[in-house]
Amino acid sequence: MARAQIKSTTLLDARALARALQRMAVEILELAHGTDGLVLVGIQRRGVELGERLARIIEKEEGVSIPRGAIDITLYRDDLELVGPKPVIGETRLPGDLSGAHVVIVDDVLYTGRTVRAALDELADFGRPRRISLCVLVDRGGRELPIQADIVGKVARVGPGERVDVRIQELDGADEVVVVTSA
Amino acid sequence: MTPGLGKDLVGLEFLTPEQIRLILDTAEPFKEVSERPIKKVPALRGKTIVNLFFEASTRTRISFEFAEKRLSADTVNVAASGSSVSKGETLVDTAKNLEAMRIDMVVIRHGASGAAQFLGERIRSNVINAGDGKHEHPTQGLLDMLTIRDTLGRIEGVKVCLVGDILHSRVARSNLWGLTKLGAEVAVCGPRTLLPRGIEALGVRVFGRIEEAIDWADVLNVLRLQLERMEKGFIPSLREYYRVFGVTAERLARAPRPLTIMHPGPMNRGVEIDSRVADGPHSVILNQVTNGVAVRMAVLYLLAGGRPELADAAKGTGGAAE
Repeated sequence: MARAQIKSTTLLDARALARALQRMAVEILELAHGTDGLVLVGIQRRGVELGERLARIIEKEEGVSIPRGAIDITLYRDDLELVGPKPVIGETRLPGDLSGAHVVIVDDVLYTGRTVRAALDELADFGRPRRISLCVLVDRGGRELPIQADIVGKVARVGPGERVDVRIQELDGADEVVVVTSA
Repeated sequence: MTPGLGKDLVGLEFLTPEQIRLILDTAEPFKEVSERPIKKVPALRGKTIVNLFFEASTRTRISFEFAEKRLSADTVNVAASGSSVSKGETLVDTAKNLEAMRIDMVVIRHGASGAAQFLGERIRSNVINAGDGKHEHPTQGLLDMLTIRDTLGRIEGVKVCLVGDILHSRVARSNLWGLTKLGAEVAVCGPRTLLPRGIEALGVRVFGRIEEAIDWADVLNVLRLQLERMEKGFIPSLREYYRVFGVTAERLARAPRPLTIMHPGPMNRGVEIDSRVADGPHSVILNQVTNGVAVRMAVLYLLAGGRPELADAAKGTGGAAE
């Protein structure tokens, strides 16, 4: 992309991101009425790291250990024909049978809803959870499916030409969320 | 930019090291799919795959069929006997007729070297070579490499010796191409009559005695001795072959380090390999079979998905959140 005049605006800095995660952790506890049967499942890649952080916050608050997992939804996408050269598929690992659990799906950005649709299909192949909720760091609008998040860190109106980049310490060396616009 | 695989998988000779690594890396997550309570993902839903087997095969055909079904493809098996092939129809006519029924991929096993490439050049569907004559058996080569990588943690620098009938073996050829491309050291060992002439020119070491091979290697890939070779005079007798080249527990006991033992199957116990070795602690023969399904899923997935020319259009509509 040689021509691009790239403008990036910060949506959340490191402190705002930390505060958002603290609040989201509390909201997960409220939604689930505690930690009984609670399982956090992150969507590869950044959803997994965010899920891990939320789980650690909850564990610190409640003093119990929270089972967590990771799913890669690549094989459940509805646009495999269109996505071009394949990215290598990430790991899917779940803490046993999900039947009866309250699964909270964690992802970084909620956009079209297609990723979440794929995640719901994939989870169904691992059992029948009692309930599935959705927790995202950023809801950027632009849905193409009737899917909404139960818990949101930050709502932002972001146009189709813009991109929301979630960067986190473990993978990117810094905690921040930026909106990237190429003019 | 990730390298694609192109339309067909004909042989490892035609792949780059990056493409081979892409297949092996893609196979990793597919191992987990076969461990799930529901061993199925929807990646190839709606794709139709024909398994066109002109030669007998149990393991390879079933392995491909599992791979296809676990990716949710619809599959049809065509065997040479009992089909129009036995009425004299040519390979291309058979395939064109299948293609007229709107199939997406053909997995072909054929007795003639070059059959897969020949077919791939003449039909629009993706073609995967499941063994063509004495040429190549690329998915077997790939699953052998995946098994070596699983067992020893790497392929580069590993010393692999192929033992037995190298001359007639498509498994040997695919292993030679693939392993050398990824930087393994490769040797062959067998009766002179069953080694291709001039193989040293490919940078392959040649051992005339199995004891030397055992002394040198980290991995022995013991090939099946096809029993009809004896009738054609390549070896004097099966007993003599076992006495001179058989991979036995006694011989392995003298190795400087434990060797990983592989065999593509089906085994002739007591001919090329001793039962105590085949069932021993260093045998990874059944891991090879397990890995075969994952490798074939990876190949099917990489060939079937991803039309780069459509990728930009997909991005334009937003695609997934990522």
